[in-house]
Amino acid sequence: MSQKKIVYPYIPNSVPAIKEAMLKAVNATSVEEFYADIPDAIRLKRKMKLPAPLLSEAALVRHVEGLLSKNRSTRETLSFLGAGCAQHHIPAVCDEVNSRSEFLTAYAGEPYEDHGRFQALFEYESLMAELLNMDVVNAPVYDGFQATGTALRMAGRITGRNVALLPATVMPDKLSMVRGYIKPDMTVELVPFDPATGLMDLDALRKQISARTAAVFIENPSYLGFLETQAEEIGRIARENGAIFVVGVDPISLGVINPPAEYGGDIVCGDIQSLGIHMNYGGGHAGFIASRDEEKFVMEFPSRLFGVATTCVEGEYGFGDVAYERTSFAVREEGKEWVGTAAALWGITAGVYLALMGPQGMVEIGQGIMQRVRYAIKKLNQVTGVKTHFLTTPHFKEFVVNFDKTGKTVGQVNQALHEKGIFGGKDLSADFPSLGQSALYCVTEVHTQSDIDRLVNAIQEAAR
Amino acid sequence: MTHPSPKKLGAPKAVAPKPALRRFHQARWDEPVIFELSSPGQRGVLPPEPEAAIVQAAGDAFDNLPASLKRKAAPALPEMSQVHVLRHYLRLSQENLGVDLNIDVGQGTCTMKYSPKVNDQLARSHQLSELHPLQPLPTVQGILEVMCRLEDMLKEISGMDRVTLQPGAGSAAIFANIAMIRAFHESRGEGRKRSEVITSSFSHPSNAAAAKVAGYKIITLPPDADGYPDIEALKAAVSDRTAALLITNPEDTGIFNPRIVEFVDLVHRAGGLCSYDQANANGLLGITRARDAGFDVCHFNLHKTFSTPHGCGGPASGACCVTRELAPFLPTPTVEFDGTSYYLDFNRPQSIGKVRSWYGVTGNVLRAYAWIMSLGADGLREVAEIAVLNNNYLLSKVLEIRGASAPYAKGKRRIEQVRYSWEGLTNETGVHSEEIGFRAADFGTHYWTSHHPFVVPEPMTLEPTESYSRQDLDEYIAILKHIANEAYTNPEIVHTAPHNSTVHKIDQESFDDPDAWAVTWRAYQRKLKKDR
Repeated sequence: MSQKKIVYPYIPNSVPAIKEAMLKAVNATSVEEFYADIPDAIRLKRKMKLPAPLLSEAALVRHVEGLLSKNRSTRETLSFLGAGCAQHHIPAVCDEVNSRSEFLTAYAGEPYEDHGRFQALFEYESLMAELLNMDVVNAPVYDGFQATGTALRMAGRITGRNVALLPATVMPDKLSMVRGYIKPDMTVELVPFDPATGLMDLDALRKQISARTAAVFIENPSYLGFLETQAEEIGRIARENGAIFVVGVDPISLGVINPPAEYGGDIVCGDIQSLGIHMNYGGGHAGFIASRDEEKFVMEFPSRLFGVATTCVEGEYGFGDVAYERTSFAVREEGKEWVGTAAALWGITAGVYLALMGPQGMVEIGQGIMQRVRYAIKKLNQVTGVKTHFLTTPHFKEFVVNFDKTGKTVGQVNQALHEKGIFGGKDLSADFPSLGQSALYCVTEVHTQSDIDRLVNAIQEAAR
Repeated sequence: MTHPSPKKLGAPKAVAPKPALRRFHQARWDEPVIFELSSPGQRGVLPPEPEAAIVQAAGDAFDNLPASLKRKAAPALPEMSQVHVLRHYLRLSQENLGVDLNIDVGQGTCTMKYSPKVNDQLARSHQLSELHPLQPLPTVQGILEVMCRLEDMLKEISGMDRVTLQPGAGSAAIFANIAMIRAFHESRGEGRKRSEVITSSFSHPSNAAAAKVAGYKIITLPPDADGYPDIEALKAAVSDRTAALLITNPEDTGIFNPRIVEFVDLVHRAGGLCSYDQANANGLLGITRARDAGFDVCHFNLHKTFSTPHGCGGPASGACCVTRELAPFLPTPTVEFDGTSYYLDFNRPQSIGKVRSWYGVTGNVLRAYAWIMSLGADGLREVAEIAVLNNNYLLSKVLEIRGASAPYAKGKRRIEQVRYSWEGLTNETGVHSEEIGFRAADFGTHYWTSHHPFVVPEPMTLEPTESYSRQDLDEYIAILKHIANEAYTNPEIVHTAPHNSTVHKIDQESFDDPDAWAVTWRAYQRKLKKDR
């Protein structure tokens, strides 16, 4: 029985007659001729062992949806998970714009046929700049980790020094990535925190900072959720010692929290997942880096910087690459780190988000999150045996809940919560043993009073 | 209102045949920058208000915030109603060409193929998009299974033993590979000694740049007279200082290096490792594999070979494939299956740690998985064969155009793409490759020269993949032929292009002038005012 030749919907020229005609047009008898340069010894002489294909779209959908149905999402379970990836409401227009074929399927086009993406990314940079009160923001990098690693390397190049001081409260995953990224040129030293407040130990900082310190890095809010209220003083200490003050922020906080530029931040970085991007099981991240508009900073960015310019027609905007010669696209290993495909569509999406929210929206969402967090902290501290750490320090959207006095482990509490359809906070007991049996909880604008009350009641029962 | 009585027109008039070239004009909305659209008081979305009980209990939620941390004035974002935000971005989208709209063969090395809509639809499911990366494992078995299955497929496609999907893109995967190589040498006490990485001038710039970030001295092999990376230069470069060879095959010239095994052996004999940048893998699926040529590690770009959309420059996704010897160094965590369920393994003492947050760009992981599932082994082989057929078809047609050439390896077939040269045309007409690109925009297509430095003079890089029909390729060729003809007969029209684009010739000077460049609207406003 002869095998039926499959015509693949994604491969127009898989029609046998077309294939034949094209072979003829290039004087080839078979495609094998094109592979003549590949030595026989390295040819794969068997068919690849892959699962049988699902040729119809219907069969494919059934199969993949079957796999996805084994997941249970935060739409179906009340979740208080955060740790740098948070559930926020995604405005419909964000998804509408980033689903547009013209944006979704374009790539590295030039300003003359892809004017739209240049303008949209310039606008993203500009909208972020208003949030940050800084004049330079890059096109997105992979995520906030990458933005931090690059911000620290920038500080290293600017100062010619090689040590970065980070708060000991930084997320271990981020620390791991940053260490691997900045070595061998730079090393990380951790500055301890005050166990009562979570804040950086300034005496320790003064002792640790030296002529080798390229950067003092803090996060506002910190990984553990509190705000570093000594930020201005830390910036002063950095400046007095010739170091660059690098501050990581959660941009959704900046409607109410002062941007670091206002308290001495030299380079600001972070992740934009909170600005209109779905969590995607951790796949929805993109990073930003911002600085003042000074040549010594701008020339150290590895990323693309889209700038605005005039054209030969009056009243028309054109866009293009600012200081392209600093990039690895222009000068390979002589460029600053490297530039490549990263997360542009998430930048466009975050721009849409900020335009939708506007000044008032950003103020309201920041306020609302902080009020909900206050409420949750207050309620949880009323549960016997439960307390929240760093109670006197202000928090933004995450906070640490301790279960030591309940006699229960975080694992036990989370198991009980899960049975009630709730995802409890991230277990910190292994990463931060000094905090005891503690978990990192996240509350955002998606949580209602009854959601928080339900959590508090469930914890009360679990802690009993 | 009265309607005039219809005139009797008789038989319908035949529409004249379409001209050989499309009378394209790009959308030109003359759209202001978004800040200029602001209308005080308007709102785009309203955040949910906290309930009264929350507000009351919270009191002044800011009372313990020091003045230095309180924002003084709301950010100066535009104030717009929802429809105006949408309309603005839709207009910008119309001023952009994606693969879905144009014959995107002009973005060589980027593998601009069709990204199936069904896969986008699947990736938008809340059962993926609304998963948190720290959910209990029983609630994420589906996505972990997808990751594990895709890893198994990439193992078979590369011949390697283990895979990580963590890197955020191709260049990040190159960095992850060199970081694993660095860790491998360190584990053998050779970290310091092995201080050099060898790459080639036709390999992607990120190979050189990422290895430099990892601390290595870079040695770049020039092409030899036939366009292959120079094996004599490799012999001279290899030593006990060699950490690795980072190379592409075929390189951006599209020529397969038949001595690749010799390259790998030379480096291995000196104790170095070999990393294969498989950005150009599309034409080789099921034909030859990284492991078969002796490579220790390789990487794929899921947004190239495996069809995930390019998103104006990401989110992308990189996959690193390694041999058993390198597996202990893979980023943490790995995805594992214990025979009953899937889990994440964080206990990996030799791992290089994290290269990205969490586990990878899962939306693209799902799309790539679905794409491979829709094709199977035969389908992937068909992808490779048609991509290569399309490439050689395009090659034969480009070579018929006056002023165009394909340097190196005369008369040889190419694999996935070709780096052409317009040197002849430039010498005869004064028209440069970049200008041909500007003119190509007038016909609704994208065109790209090459990475820098331009080793091939007046370069053009075309990669037709499997996604374009013969008619598509003929149309693209007709455009190039038309522009070349213009260069010879009316070069002015090419010099002054684009004519049918969204915008006209952009003044380039400010982009490199610190006093004039403006990366943001606020910088532009500030500098403009200073100017006045």
